[in-house]
Amino acid sequence: MGGIQERGGSLMFKPSALAYTYDGSFEGLLCCVFESYTWKEIPLAVHSEGEEQGLLLESKWIETDKHKAERVLKSIPLRISPEAEELVRLGFWSNTPEKELLLLNFLYLGFKHGRKVMNMLADDTVHALQKAVQQLRREGHLYLGFVRFSVYGPVMAAVIEPQGYILPVIQEHFCDRFQGESFMIYDQTHEVALIHEPGREAIIPLSGWTPPEPDEAEEAYRRLWTGFYHAIGIKERRNERLRSSLMPKRYWKHMVEMNGSNGVPALAAAQRKKALQQEPPESIGSLRASLRQTNTHT
Amino acid sequence: MEKLEILTASAKYDVACTSSGSDRKGQAGSLGSTAAMGICHSFAADGRCISLLKVLMTNACVYDCAYCVNRKSNPVRRAAFTPEEIADLTMQFYRRNYIEGLFLSSGIMRNPDYTTEQLISALELLRNVYHFNGYIHVKAIPGADDVLLSRLGLLADRMSVNIELPSQESLGILAPDKSKISILKPMGLIKDKIKENSSDIVKYNHAPRFAPAGQSTQMIIGASPDTDYQILNLTEGLYRKYSLKRVFYSAYTPVIEDSLLPSLDTKPPLLREHRLYQADWLLRFYGFQANELLDEAVPNFNPLLDPKCSWAVNHREQFPVEINRAPYEMLLRVPGIGVRSAQRIVKARRAATLDFHALKKLGVVLKRAQFFITCKGKPLEGLKVSEHTLLRSLMSGQQLAPYQPAQVEQLTLFDDHYAAALPAAGGWAEFKKGAEA
Repeated sequence: MGGIQERGGSLMFKPSALAYTYDGSFEGLLCCVFESYTWKEIPLAVHSEGEEQGLLLESKWIETDKHKAERVLKSIPLRISPEAEELVRLGFWSNTPEKELLLLNFLYLGFKHGRKVMNMLADDTVHALQKAVQQLRREGHLYLGFVRFSVYGPVMAAVIEPQGYILPVIQEHFCDRFQGESFMIYDQTHEVALIHEPGREAIIPLSGWTPPEPDEAEEAYRRLWTGFYHAIGIKERRNERLRSSLMPKRYWKHMVEMNGSNGVPALAAAQRKKALQQEPPESIGSLRASLRQTNTHT
Repeated sequence: MEKLEILTASAKYDVACTSSGSDRKGQAGSLGSTAAMGICHSFAADGRCISLLKVLMTNACVYDCAYCVNRKSNPVRRAAFTPEEIADLTMQFYRRNYIEGLFLSSGIMRNPDYTTEQLISALELLRNVYHFNGYIHVKAIPGADDVLLSRLGLLADRMSVNIELPSQESLGILAPDKSKISILKPMGLIKDKIKENSSDIVKYNHAPRFAPAGQSTQMIIGASPDTDYQILNLTEGLYRKYSLKRVFYSAYTPVIEDSLLPSLDTKPPLLREHRLYQADWLLRFYGFQANELLDEAVPNFNPLLDPKCSWAVNHREQFPVEINRAPYEMLLRVPGIGVRSAQRIVKARRAATLDFHALKKLGVVLKRAQFFITCKGKPLEGLKVSEHTLLRSLMSGQQLAPYQPAQVEQLTLFDDHYAAALPAAGGWAEFKKGAEA
């Protein structure tokens, strides 16, 4: 806190025993910045609505006002830099504790030092924000690979459970890659979904969605993929620790080959064995035929 | 299903896994895009990344290379995919986001030309009929006709020819059907095509791109007696002469009994492979040259120190460097400072003078870097530089654990084996002086 008081001093800000409460939206947070500047006061905490409030501070409700938010937002690239605007946006999507206060402090610093703040990587506030954003970006990047779609007739759907709010980070990638497809990526943690149809896309609130049962063709491709996954590892080089560090276990739940809704690999193997005993190994050709059949049925 | 597993198991020793180097946006009417930084879609139980559907067209091969699981004389089950099956699997896996694209290789069917034609028909189906716009890595078959290889290169993002063994002698013994010439010829062709094509792109906007992600190769480590020095020199030559994008190293995993090869119970030399990758990084991103890292006198990497630490310990006259003044190139040579942290240092020192506390926040591994740097002219307070502390700090036992065989005899600090990395007698006092000055 010492740092803020010092900086506040030069800006003639009053450290106050206040907490701000806002509606939890990005615009709402920008209004907190507006408020803080208007009254030259520094809140000790910023809470979003409905969040547990630990400190016994006098709380002030900050109303979200589009125009105020826009004024603050416009000033960031002008008075700091366009990169700072991106950093603030991504910082807001991260799940770092007390991100609001962190962003507020970063903006105080930015409005004081201007463009230079982006180089102040050794400053505690800048460092903490960079780290939070780095973490969000890293998780977003991991999800470019870890998202697993299931094909349900003409549409595809995937469920993810990320720590950060990463849908906006991965949106462009998937919408560009699957331009011609209709798909949905459902973020269970934040209860939102990215919906895409050719030519249209949006992130919308959605809660309690569960994926439908996979059809035969979908099951077949899941088995093929799980089989591929197990065949590609070299057993002489088995290295659980390395795997878990590159692909942490919390991602496994929604990945077909690890633990997906297709059941544990052992089960898939047992099913395969049974199938092999009963009939000649299915070829991909026959699989395609059955896929075509199910497609005409639906 | 079974077929996929056979042809995957046969391809798994190919280590190239990256999907990087091509940057292509999605297109209306086609499926897929490529990302310059590459995307790993999963990680196998051995910890290696899976980004491509890595399969062979067939594991039936007319060649008899001793190290290869698919050699003619090895009694394994054989299978083959049709081009349609390859294309279908790729599309279906890609839609589900299991993969970033296809890695297609093959055993030699009949002859190199026929095999290449098969590869071409699979890729033509994918690109022209299924409109697949994702990543494709294809193996160039040594000995195939130039015209066929050129057609193949126009369909793929990356093309590679495996060097397999680091010297002509080893190749002669273990892969009698291949020769240095047969491998380097297609490599040269690919290089020339890429070069020629990049000038075409300037002339004609719509010239199709020839292997836009470049070419790579791999060699097997530990199947032949070649030294790290030979391997690294060869690598450097490949980067320079053939403009390769990547050289991969594959610790030899014994798959067949052969009097010419290490016995079946030999553990793959994973630590050696790891050291070579570290050195490869130093060549590509840190401005090092092969002969700075190794020479005829010390032809192999130290198992206990990484190549950069080894180099630094042997070049104490260049240290310590002052963090607030040293050029970027010199920062990169400090153990414990990587490309990212060096960039951050350069950026952050424009805003403020840096101290040790700040370096930690920038991602510098002080445990290693402390012996080689000063901040504002001073070394880290309380820093003791003795043989013992320095070497202990530079050796990262825990990090190396995964690469060590489970039961290895305990290597002692003063083993002959790595005495080469130890500074000459008397050097320590000077080094300490240097660090305190």
